[in-house]
Amino acid sequence: MKLIVAIVRPDKVNDVLEALYRVKVRGLSLSRVQGHGGELERVETYRGTTVKVDLNEKVRFEIGVSDHFVERTVRAIMAAARTDEVGDGKIFVLPVEKVYRIRTGEEDTDAVTPVGVA
Amino acid sequence: MMTSTALVLLMTPALGFFYGGMVGTKNVLNTILMSFTTLGYTLVAWALVAYSLAFSPGNAIIGDLRWAFLKGIDLAGSQPLGPTIAHVVYMAFQATFAIITVALISGGIVSRMRVKGYLLFITLWVICIYGPIAHWVWGGGWLGAMGALDFAGGTVVHVNAGMAALAAALVLGNRTNHGRQAFLPGNVPFVLLGAGLLWFGWFGFNGGSAVASNKYAALAFTNTFLAPGACMVVWSMLDLTRTGKVTAMGVATAIVVGLVAITPASGFVPPFWGLVLGGLAALPSYYVILWRARTRVDESLDVFAGHAVGGATGAILTGVFAVKAWNGAADGLIAGNPHQVVIQAIAVAGAAAYSFCGTFALLKIIGLVTSLRASTQEEALGMDPTQHGEEAYTSGEGAILVLPDAGPEPSLEAAEARA
Repeated sequence: MKLIVAIVRPDKVNDVLEALYRVKVRGLSLSRVQGHGGELERVETYRGTTVKVDLNEKVRFEIGVSDHFVERTVRAIMAAARTDEVGDGKIFVLPVEKVYRIRTGEEDTDAVTPVGVA
Repeated sequence: MMTSTALVLLMTPALGFFYGGMVGTKNVLNTILMSFTTLGYTLVAWALVAYSLAFSPGNAIIGDLRWAFLKGIDLAGSQPLGPTIAHVVYMAFQATFAIITVALISGGIVSRMRVKGYLLFITLWVICIYGPIAHWVWGGGWLGAMGALDFAGGTVVHVNAGMAALAAALVLGNRTNHGRQAFLPGNVPFVLLGAGLLWFGWFGFNGGSAVASNKYAALAFTNTFLAPGACMVVWSMLDLTRTGKVTAMGVATAIVVGLVAITPASGFVPPFWGLVLGGLAALPSYYVILWRARTRVDESLDVFAGHAVGGATGAILTGVFAVKAWNGAADGLIAGNPHQVVIQAIAVAGAAAYSFCGTFALLKIIGLVTSLRASTQEEALGMDPTQHGEEAYTSGEGAILVLPDAGPEPSLEAAEARA
């Protein structure tokens, strides 16, 4: 199994979810994060105070998948989240030691395979 | 009249909150500013040129420039339409109407228009579109001469703004993800706050439109209370039967639709019929909002459904429910004068046609000078950071103060020396 961690633009979340749904990736978590990935800094002014905003809003997907699902998941995210501008994000694929499904106690590949899928 | 002017003034910031609550948090400042900026740009254009075009005698189509640049607007009752008040106050009172009309249009084009084009638009629109239509109905133009009844601006303000918003939405085009992604309101309490303040300000809008402290002002004032209440009851019952829930967005929208519909009728119809009019007005606007959401047109905050449809409903029902014994001007259908309904319909159609075509043409022309539409990337980041360099809700995290002398770079040795 692998854990896929993808950092994407907030405005691309819908596209990514749709793309994942199409390639039948059903189990995921996402969270709002702030980060910096080499984007041009943004300058904001509030009355006399000028600031450089270094951190940008991003969304982090965490998806546990079985090995043969890795490529299609990565390709789906990459296609959906790409705008060709700096700041599109990253995808990390991490090895996973062990997975348990809390409800049934199933382990590893069984635990990351959605119910009803052979 | 001065109190009424201040009340109507408050409606424009209130509208900013009403609209601002309906957009996402990365566009809320831009949306509120679309209303606030009319208090500067539209006001100046009004004082310099548009007031004279609208309210000086002129001809049947447009006024002249006798009062341009505030020349001849004095402290005497030199405005024949307001002989008992200082002319300056009449000009200021009418300015608040022009301003809110322009601000209303912004609801059709939120979250995608560049600021420069918008500022140019709100400056020129009041001169080219509002001025003539106000003149037609109130300033001595052809619709007023025909006997069209529009107490406080159902046609001049609301049909006009609603049609302009539709035209503007068509010129600007849809938001990038329209039809693919849900655009949910970012702050529903703002919407309710805005609706409440609009209602408060509307007492000045309708009551003040009698241009005197008299019985017609009293009638308009009371109808302004009754109609939105009735509209809210009908609207929330429609909500209840359709979805099983009374919604906050529905209640806020119903208040505004009721206010829009009573606007042309407020000083003309007896209070019982004002109540009926408010209730009836819920029906067309409610269903047009449902229908619009299923179309391909991103007239984002339903200015057409609320204001063009609501204003037209109110204007035509004015021709139905008007009673001369109450208004001293004209009878409507129920009092035995069916011809008034025809006059009202002509006024609505005339104003709607000019507003739609004029706004469409004006925006196309402005589009030749400066680009109206924000880029896809700007839309993705939101109008607040890209157009204004500000955010509505800042966290302070990741914001580095820009100072003229930044000082030496941080070094580990220096930190150790300090410790």
